[in-house]
Amino acid sequence: MAGKIRIRAQLDGDTCEVKALMRHPMETGLRKDQAGNAIPAHYIEEVTVTHNDQVVMHSYWGAAVSANPFLGVRFAGGQAGDTVRVTWRDNTGATDEGETTIR
Amino acid sequence: MKHESGAGIARRGLLRMGVFVAAVAAVPTKLWAAITKPSAAFAATDMDGTFAALGQTPTESAGIIFTTPDIAENGAVVPIKIEVDESLLPGVRRLYVMVEKNPNPMAAMFSMIEGAAPYVETRVKVAQTCNLYAVAETDSGFFMASKETKVTLGGCGG
Amino acid sequence: MDLMESIRNAWRLAALFGLLVAAAPSFGEDAGIFDEYRAMFGDDNPAVFVIDEGEEYWFEPQGPKNSSLEGCDLGLGPGVVEGAYARLPRYFADADMMMDVEARLIFCMRELQGRPSEEIQGYPYSMRGDLGTELEALVAWLADQSSGMPIAPGQEHAKEREFFTLGEQLFYYRAGPHDFSCATCHGQEGKRIRLQALPDLTSHEGAAGAYSAWPAYRISEGVVRTMGWRMRDCFRQQRFPLLGVGSDVTVALQTYLAVTAAGAPMMAPGLKR
Repeated sequence: MAGKIRIRAQLDGDTCEVKALMRHPMETGLRKDQAGNAIPAHYIEEVTVTHNDQVVMHSYWGAAVSANPFLGVRFAGGQAGDTVRVTWRDNTGATDEGETTIR
Repeated sequence: MKHESGAGIARRGLLRMGVFVAAVAAVPTKLWAAITKPSAAFAATDMDGTFAALGQTPTESAGIIFTTPDIAENGAVVPIKIEVDESLLPGVRRLYVMVEKNPNPMAAMFSMIEGAAPYVETRVKVAQTCNLYAVAETDSGFFMASKETKVTLGGCGG
Repeated sequence: MDLMESIRNAWRLAALFGLLVAAAPSFGEDAGIFDEYRAMFGDDNPAVFVIDEGEEYWFEPQGPKNSSLEGCDLGLGPGVVEGAYARLPRYFADADMMMDVEARLIFCMRELQGRPSEEIQGYPYSMRGDLGTELEALVAWLADQSSGMPIAPGQEHAKEREFFTLGEQLFYYRAGPHDFSCATCHGQEGKRIRLQALPDLTSHEGAAGAYSAWPAYRISEGVVRTMGWRMRDCFRQQRFPLLGVGSDVTVALQTYLAVTAAGAPMMAPGLKR
């Protein structure tokens, strides 16, 4: 199956700019479907960004982050060829992970 | 952007169901000591409650550069960007995004760890026209910048 | 100037225009008040996931015949997907019918995979809470395979020209409880509904801006919507009867739109509100 986390990691001087798009419905639990049934809450709760296995950013999300979420972060000390990884865990306990190399 | 024809499903990248715990365990404990989810803050239903749960009402800081669109075409996806001028506001450890009139104003919390700049870009749901808040936490306390974003309902109304 | 000449002239302009325009996500032709909002999205369009899903569906064996869609002829030969979307709608001799991309996909699913039309027709587009349908994903991928290429619907066959004329007539046909036609909202310059500019679809620029931008990831819904869906939803908003997926009416309207837009580059899947 194709990657469900798309990451771009680009160097700008000493700063590595990471842009990640994630596939996730980010349901708040407040919506009803066409038939009037409540759509259960289903959203990413925790995200980490790592650089060569070192966590550089950690975050907690509520359901108010938009569907198919976007995350942009920046960190120092990255070099071309290093690995940047983004992982998430959602409220159902499911997890996903994606990685790229810094250009 | 072209895709090659004839590519099989097996040829594409793997969906990695990574084990989250492994990533957490690798990080030095002192950096993780304080990163528990502020559940009360996420559960609060208004700005006063959110600030109370964090323990402090932030003071305004010109060091927080908060970019939000003046007017959003749709409230489901509102792009925001938070940057910090470290000469004005040094030592930012955490950034929070809050949306005043959402059912739960707290949208996200970001903890800067090794080498991360006090910078984040994301997209949030904004239920209706209101103030958005970028809150920065340093050892000296909580600071904030706020901006109103107007939310429109476009076209034929659905 | 007859239709074929205007298309040829449009092609000459397209050669130049195509060089100047990058296939970036586009919100369409609304300008001004939402510029700041749209600019903040950059190049990061969740449609990329749907495009990948569409590609997987194309190669996945399905149906009673346990076959993929690799043998599907979208007009350029079996399995040729690059550039095919930009040349639709067109006449297909094997079906003796005018078809848009959706009608053709449903045809291929039936013929190659043995899946009845009702399987897709019964649930073609996402409902609230869905992540996406197979049809939306396939159309997203096929449109991406035509990204940057000139819109060039078939107009050589008599049926293709007949559908252009029919589409134009339907564009001006007033119906429904409000006595609306497409032209009511899209028949002149400088109109808007609330803060959304209404493109004049009778002009090349207006039609090109609209036709090139669908299918699109619709942020208000979190799914990719197709041109077929857009037509169907316009019908709903006008309180017209339900517009059939791949029906003669939708194919004729899309033919009219695509011919009017001919020469402009496809820029889909884009990003829309």
